[in-house]
Amino acid sequence: MNEEEIIRPENLVYKKPKLMNDRTMHYCPGCSHGVVHKLVAEVIEEMGMEDKTVAISPVGCAVFAYNYIDVDWVEAAHGRAPAVATAIKRLWPDRLVFTYQGDGDLACIGTAESIHALNRGENIAIIFINNAIYGMTGGQMAPTTLMGMKTSTCPYGREASLHGYPLHITDIAATLEGTCYVTRQSVHNVAAIRKAKKAIRKAFENSMAGKGSSLVEIVSTCNAGWKMSPEKANKWMEEHMFEYYKPGDLKDTTGEQQS
Amino acid sequence: MEKEVVLMKGNEAIAHAAIRCGCDGYFGYPITPQSEILETLAAEKPWETTGMVVLQAESELASINMIYGAGAAGKRAMTSSSSPGIALMQEGITYMAGAEIPGLIVNVQRGGPGLGTIQPSQSDYFQATRGGGNGDYNVIVLAPSSVQEMADFVETAFELAFKYRNPAMILSDGVIGQMMEKVILPPYKPRRTEAEIKAQCPWATIGRSQTRQPNILTSLDLDPVSMENRNLHLQAKYAEIKEKEVRYETQQCDDADYLIVAFGSAARIAQKAIELCREEGIKVGLLRPITLWPFPEKAIMEHGCRTRGILSFEINAGQMIEDIQIAINGKIPVAHFGHMGGVVPSPDEVVTALKEKLIKQ
Repeated sequence: MNEEEIIRPENLVYKKPKLMNDRTMHYCPGCSHGVVHKLVAEVIEEMGMEDKTVAISPVGCAVFAYNYIDVDWVEAAHGRAPAVATAIKRLWPDRLVFTYQGDGDLACIGTAESIHALNRGENIAIIFINNAIYGMTGGQMAPTTLMGMKTSTCPYGREASLHGYPLHITDIAATLEGTCYVTRQSVHNVAAIRKAKKAIRKAFENSMAGKGSSLVEIVSTCNAGWKMSPEKANKWMEEHMFEYYKPGDLKDTTGEQQS
Repeated sequence: MEKEVVLMKGNEAIAHAAIRCGCDGYFGYPITPQSEILETLAAEKPWETTGMVVLQAESELASINMIYGAGAAGKRAMTSSSSPGIALMQEGITYMAGAEIPGLIVNVQRGGPGLGTIQPSQSDYFQATRGGGNGDYNVIVLAPSSVQEMADFVETAFELAFKYRNPAMILSDGVIGQMMEKVILPPYKPRRTEAEIKAQCPWATIGRSQTRQPNILTSLDLDPVSMENRNLHLQAKYAEIKEKEVRYETQQCDDADYLIVAFGSAARIAQKAIELCREEGIKVGLLRPITLWPFPEKAIMEHGCRTRGILSFEINAGQMIEDIQIAINGKIPVAHFGHMGGVVPSPDEVVTALKEKLIKQ
């Protein structure tokens, strides 16, 4: 088969989502953000919500998410995305409103906004990228940094007496009456990517159905921050991150369990 | 015919005016002396009548970011607080200025610094007129001096905020917020429809249509030249606002030998003070800035330079006096009188201060 034949429409088995812009990403090769962005774009497109989506980007690596997914975006102050989303959804109830936040944004500086938006049962979805480190600022300790893990601000490893413990924010979210769906996913292999996509779709559908707040944590790699190759980062995540942050549904009151 | 004359507190007047002028959302957090705004809205239940959303947020940080979101989505949204709460909101206000998102912030000032007191003050003048947060920006600041103006300025502030895509502030204080006066409430005006928002706010993030590129509202730009251009655009906008939107009021300035400049509740006290002065044969006029930013510097220069001296009467340690001094540029004496910490000066004290600081010299 020559190239001409390969690119014929009937031979195409995979394509970029229409909502992904043709722009070079600033994310490091191997980072989970790119995969999650693609899933979000695919879900919006498959739901036919291109014209009714308002997305909120955080402060952190995903601050530039608005450059890559072709919908309306508001860039929020650090941690405040759930407050921004709360108002937009309440004032435009027929819009799909979601936030896309990292661990520093959601689980540290924005803990109050996250917990209270989720506890009010705002009809929004939160995509939560947990890579246990501050990527954008160059690899500092995050609220979700594992015990013993080295970062630029805990260079000898996270120690309870100095730094406290990793925050299980997703577990906390699952205890809140306002949340209808809380799940922990990953995107390190094809099977995980497929499950994560289903979870994102479910979260978005919940918000459009007015079922309450949904939180989709994606346990992610930051191979640059972790100072590992992408391959090694994936392996390290499976071996270490999953022990603290176990993948699977933490809560689902929607009555539609995912297989 | 729909005009109603009622007796109410300044804080209550703001709440009723918001419902009536088509405000889409209020987001706030309780703090004395302005909690009646949220309480009145909660009691009025406008979500059942006009559809206005009312939400008690988890903090002032959340409140301001909610109106950031609401304004980004083209809605007329407001928050209110008092001094320490407004300090917390500065993050959101600078983001609103940077991303050019309109919205209304009401500050019913109390004495500071820190937790200070719940008694009235005007000590947030600098915070309000200098931007207050990080970066080169300005907030449009209106200073009501009556319950009537508390009601009227809600609509004015929303109009200015959306006209210039900039945050607007009503800088009130515990006196105006808590005192009861006769007020004519504005007639009911419907909230804007989706079609009207789309037509009037083509920049709003409400979901892109097939006919336009996505809207992105952000204050971030990592390219220095591009970021400077954003700043130049903002500065040009602020210059236009300074040119077109200055508001002030004068009383008995034509024959005045001395001028008192005072805003908000201080202007009410000053009104009495100029009466007392004139009874004694001292010709004093009053210039009341209504917009604190943009500041009526030309008017102060014109009226002030015809007098022998200006008293900047503010309920603070002397903040607006700096703007008066810039306007006057050393041509005539400028003095300050005020109290701090929640002490409200009396008209007699103002008269004494005028005599001691300007006339005796």
